[in-house]
Amino acid sequence: MEPLIIKAADDTPSVCFDSDKGIFEISGKSMPEDVAAFYDPIIQWVLRYHSNPNSSTIVTLKMDYFNTASSKLLLDVLIKFEELNAAGSPVTVKWYYHENDEDMKEAGEEYADIIEVPFEHIAY
Amino acid sequence: MANIDTIYGFMEFIYKKYDFLKDNEINLVYDGLITHMITKAFASLTEQRMENEDESDPVQRKVFHVMIECLQNISKHAEENLPGVSSSLKKGIILVSKGSDRYSIVTGNTVETDKTDELYSMLEGLNALDKEGLTKLYKTQLKNNTLSDKGGAGLGFIDIARKTGEKLVFEFVPMNDKYSYFILITTVLRANI
Repeated sequence: MEPLIIKAADDTPSVCFDSDKGIFEISGKSMPEDVAAFYDPIIQWVLRYHSNPNSSTIVTLKMDYFNTASSKLLLDVLIKFEELNAAGSPVTVKWYYHENDEDMKEAGEEYADIIEVPFEHIAY
Repeated sequence: MANIDTIYGFMEFIYKKYDFLKDNEINLVYDGLITHMITKAFASLTEQRMENEDESDPVQRKVFHVMIECLQNISKHAEENLPGVSSSLKKGIILVSKGSDRYSIVTGNTVETDKTDELYSMLEGLNALDKEGLTKLYKTQLKNNTLSDKGGAGLGFIDIARKTGEKLVFEFVPMNDKYSYFILITTVLRANI
C-alpha cells in the first residue's frame, strides 16, 4: 500500500506510515487549526491498512506537544489500530516521552488505560 | 477607567482586583487580533524565550500549553463582528506574568452575556473537582466527545485545570447589555507541581 508521509510543519507533526518498511510513526508537535482536516487522511489510511495488515504492527508516538483538540484525534487514530488488534492482527504502541516531560508520560499512561493494546512507555 | 477590552482598561482592572500581579514581571502582553497564525507566532516566541530562561522544563511546558489552549479558545470562540463594541473579529488580550512562585496567564475576550451563565457553571464545576476528578472527567470527555462545529474537543478548560492543579480564577465584566468581557487567570506554580 502507498505509504503516507507528511512532513512536519510548525503546528503539525511528522507522519510516516509505511507498511512495507513496518513504520507507523507520528512525531513532533500537534496544534493545527483544523485537527479533523489533518488527522482524517491518517485515519483513512489506517482503515485501508486493515484490509492488508502486516503480521504485526508497532505504532510509534513521539510527541513533543499536542493540544487538547489533537488529543482527541490521536485517540481516534489509536482506536483504529485497536480495532485491528481486536480483529486478530497484533498491534503494540511505543509511547515516547522526554524524560522531563511528566505530562507526556502521563498522557501515554492515560491512552494505555483507554486503548486495549499493549503499550511500551519509553523515556528519552 | 478605560474600557475593559483595551489594554489600559484591562490592566487597570486586573491590577486593582488581583494586586499580586503588580509585583510580577511581565513576560508577554498582547492586545489585538488572535488568529491561528498569531497563536503560532506566540508559540514560537515562547519556545525560544523559555529556552533562554532559567526555568524548569515542566513549568515551561505547562505555561506553553496554557497559553496555546487559551489562545486557541479565543481564536475559535471569540465573537466576530460585534456592533457597538470596540472588540471585534477574534480580538483578545493575553498577559503572561511571572511572580516569585508562580506564572499567571491572564486572558480576556468578549463573549455574549447570554452565554456567561453556562460558562460560569462549567468553570465553577471544574474548580470543585480535585485532580482525580478532573482526570476522570477528561478521560470521559476524551472518549465520548465528538469535535464541536468549531473544531474543539471541549477539553481545553478541563485540561488546563488538571495540569495546573490550581483553581481557575475568572469573571465576566459586563460591557453593555449584550456583551461581557471574560477574564481568565490561570496559575502555573513554579515549584514542583
